[in-house]
Amino acid sequence: MESFSPKLHLPILIFGVAAPFVIPGVTIQIAVLWVMVLFALTWDILGGQMGYNSLGNILFFGSGMYISAVVQVSMFADVAEYTASSGAVDFKYTDAQYFWGLGLGVIAAGIGSAVLAAAIGWTMFGLRGPYFAIGTLGIALTAGELMGTWSWVGAGGGLAMPVFPGSADGKSMMFYFLCFFAAIATYLFCSWLYSTRFGLAINAIRDDEQKAEAMGIHTLRYKTIAWSAAAFFLGISGALFGNITGFVEPLEVAFPVATFGIFMVAMSLLGGKGTLWGPILGAILFHFLKEFTWTYFLGWQWVALGVLIIVNVVFFQQGIMGWLMDKFPERFGIVVDKKEAAE
Amino acid sequence: MNTKRLLTAVSASLAVAGLALAGPAQAKVEGDTIILGSAISFTGKYSTNGIHAKNGYDLGVKRINEMGGVKVGGKSYKLKVQYYDDESTPLRTAQLLERLVNQDGVKYFLGPYSSATTKAAAPIMEKYKVPMVEAEGASRSLFNKGYKYLFAVLSTSEQYLASTISLAAEVAEKNGKKPSDVKIAMAFENDPFSLDVRAGVLEDAKKFNMKVVIDDKMPRDLNDISSTLTKVKALKPDVLLLSGHSKGAATAARQIKEMKIDTPMIAVTHCEAAKIVAKFGASTNGYLCPTQWAETLSYKGKYFGSAADYDKTFKKTYDGYKNVPYQAAQASASVLVWKEAFEKANSFDTDKVRDAIASIEFETFYGPIKFAPEGNNLGKPMVLRQIQKGAFNVVAPSKYASHPLAWPRKPEE
Amino acid sequence: MWDNISILTAAPVFNIQLILDGLFIGATFALAAYGLALVWGVMNVKNLAQGDFVITGGYIAWWLGKQGIHPLWGMPISIVVMFGFGWLVYITIIRRVIDKDLFTSLLATFGLAIVMAQALNLMFGPEVQTAESDYAVRSYFNNSVTVADIKLIAFALCGVLAVVVVLFMKNSRMGQAIRATAQDPRAARVMGIDTDKVYAFTYALNAAICGAAGALISMIWVIQPFYGIGHAIRAFVIVTAAGFGNLPGVILAGLGLGVMEQYGGFVLGAEFQQATVVGLLVAVLIWRQIEMRRHRQVVQ
Repeated sequence: MESFSPKLHLPILIFGVAAPFVIPGVTIQIAVLWVMVLFALTWDILGGQMGYNSLGNILFFGSGMYISAVVQVSMFADVAEYTASSGAVDFKYTDAQYFWGLGLGVIAAGIGSAVLAAAIGWTMFGLRGPYFAIGTLGIALTAGELMGTWSWVGAGGGLAMPVFPGSADGKSMMFYFLCFFAAIATYLFCSWLYSTRFGLAINAIRDDEQKAEAMGIHTLRYKTIAWSAAAFFLGISGALFGNITGFVEPLEVAFPVATFGIFMVAMSLLGGKGTLWGPILGAILFHFLKEFTWTYFLGWQWVALGVLIIVNVVFFQQGIMGWLMDKFPERFGIVVDKKEAAE
Repeated sequence: MNTKRLLTAVSASLAVAGLALAGPAQAKVEGDTIILGSAISFTGKYSTNGIHAKNGYDLGVKRINEMGGVKVGGKSYKLKVQYYDDESTPLRTAQLLERLVNQDGVKYFLGPYSSATTKAAAPIMEKYKVPMVEAEGASRSLFNKGYKYLFAVLSTSEQYLASTISLAAEVAEKNGKKPSDVKIAMAFENDPFSLDVRAGVLEDAKKFNMKVVIDDKMPRDLNDISSTLTKVKALKPDVLLLSGHSKGAATAARQIKEMKIDTPMIAVTHCEAAKIVAKFGASTNGYLCPTQWAETLSYKGKYFGSAADYDKTFKKTYDGYKNVPYQAAQASASVLVWKEAFEKANSFDTDKVRDAIASIEFETFYGPIKFAPEGNNLGKPMVLRQIQKGAFNVVAPSKYASHPLAWPRKPEE
Repeated sequence: MWDNISILTAAPVFNIQLILDGLFIGATFALAAYGLALVWGVMNVKNLAQGDFVITGGYIAWWLGKQGIHPLWGMPISIVVMFGFGWLVYITIIRRVIDKDLFTSLLATFGLAIVMAQALNLMFGPEVQTAESDYAVRSYFNNSVTVADIKLIAFALCGVLAVVVVLFMKNSRMGQAIRATAQDPRAARVMGIDTDKVYAFTYALNAAICGAAGALISMIWVIQPFYGIGHAIRAFVIVTAAGFGNLPGVILAGLGLGVMEQYGGFVLGAEFQQATVVGLLVAVLIWRQIEMRRHRQVVQ
């Protein structure tokens, strides 16, 4: 592992910093790419490293989006009034109000989502295997439905975000770098986390939860902390995405369970779950594939996506990283006994 | 593979990938073709109407090109539309429009289908200062935000069912009842468009002091409203109002038939698009259907002739339409706005074209077009049609009415 | 909310309407859930494409209806076609995930669900469709309660199908082989049962049951290419609540879910009807988990 990742650091960093200047036309698309990387990395904390496959992590994306929206609006206007008028009353935000609101909104989104994860984790982590997957899927779907009935946040009509005060390119540029930094922060966090005792503990939970418990690992605490960490970053990505889209709405923007919610799983699997770089490579490849089919196979993009998922899990379950590890084990610091392998 | 080779390989592949994403940057005007951009719903829940709208755009473009195209600076240009599929989700709209602006270099836009997606589109138009003429986003909230680059040829959504309320008041007075005795039941889909329709209804109901006895919101994945209809049976309202795009209309029509709902006045949006007459026959008799446009109206313009002419042309061009949905008609009308605006501005400069659109005033088969400073069309009213023996007849407002209102509704006529 | 409850107490006759509607639709839920319980119990596959099998069955009946074949006759055709389709899916996909970890089957069938929904959309368009039986509608209690004949027929057919499947499982050779494989696949193999064929048959049987349920749903409700996920979730709610291998439980839970949806929509408002279903799923899971925790403590 160690011999593989540093070589990718520099080119990706260069690409990330240079992209909006070199190819400014696709700034937002690459910003979405970083969000996808973040999605895959956070999903893998549970799905890959801890063996808890969640289908409902999108919940924290949505909660982050709503928390930041409410914070941003409520700082300088009454939320109920703001949503009820659907923008008829013109709330003009000054630059300072906007940026303070955004900053606090993003932080609140992260913390709020982490707290939510801790609260839900207490009940959800009793579920094992597929029950956990179905249960989390149910929670994410319920959240979308319930937000749609809550008129304080605009119900099904949605909520328009405060408008960015600067220029168009300024907005793209700012949110691009915020997304980029969020993805880098997630990567650094994950790579640190997996190198600590904590990482070993969640791996132990994945490998055999009963034994881990028997060894004195307080499994519920570890599981809850891991999920909260994932939710923290997801909440931030939701806050940023809400501001990029400019319009928050419960079913399709905030809780897109069947699209983003599944993408994060598909990306981790494609790259190879349970590795640090797998989800990243998976996200990059997936995003390019997606943009490609969207442009050239209009109407068939969903068929292509479904087939990709099937082929991936049926024939290529180890993912890209797993395949590379099989192919070039020595590059990952795995010593293969030649004699034994030959036998 | 050593470090250096790996590094070069990675950066090279990233560069290639970046180029692949970027694609060829087209100009807004290519040779003798003007490119209009649109991200519209080919898949997902809005795709029925998204495709109606696309057919409308294509017919408008075809007609203008047949009539010699658009003349700017003494030269003739053809129109062409570049489409992307927004999958009926506002989440995609913003991304696709960014893409149309930045990668494809498109500077002139036609709208998406639905208010939700148009809400996502408007800020992008403002951001890049490129005009959009839209035909399918009716939510009132689109026109009170001070957007400068958004123009809509259609009437705003709070007008959809509001006229039903005054009609109900008239009927009540005729029968010797007070309008304030009228009981209203309503079920609206939980989305920006229908909630706006609801707001318009509530406002008008308040004016007459009517009582709202049922106020349900239908979920988006709607496949059953029988529980709401059971409430209707229990409370016996005088008016039943329903709005939920095509699938709401189809589901409602089916269950109203099956549960023998006998409310004397029923109004449903999107009757035509949902093809409820063909599907549910006589049981839909007497439904009131608000429409942006009808082929029986007396509008006339130089591109398609009269409304009836447009109806004929459309049916000839596209198979399988029994009624021409107004979604298609208004889409064609928005293409006409572009032609007029380019010729009026006599330029491709987006700001000049934008100003031309803002000051435009002309007659079309779809009705008069003249934009308010907020971007909505002031010229054209909403009309209310009633299904009478399988035909859609205009019954209100009285200026356009071709038939009297049949009240109470007789389902099995 | 209280207003709505007071309607029900003041005029109890409307309870009959809600309960009847709930039972009629609940019967089709139970049917689809029984199919899920079968594949889950026998081959340990969590079929997320369950709902899309149902919708596909509905489209087959609807399409045949358009060709002039009455949808009730379309139903047996739908059963046969879906049986073949299920077999095909087993050979191409399910066979390869059956011995992998549990999450794999969930995700593979989710991919299948996406492909199926989109294929239906490309073939038939996204409009809401209904297969018309053109049977009469009866009114009772001064039109307060209406019952469409087709709903009664569909209800009866659900019962007949359930009985047929149960008899088949009890008495036929294949039924016995399926039950043997469910109990212990290795022992079954030792005894000379071709478990691969048993699995293929089980999966195909499930698809056929879904085809029947879908055909009935197209006649009494509405279908649309993307409605599959809702039916899949309902099936999961029912099976997790009842447990597999518990046919009376599945039937009861199915009917109960149908009635509960109706009451949820009536009392809380239609906007909560969908939320009721997914909320119940979460509630059922949490309830089972608390049960399990108690059980674990007893063991300790």
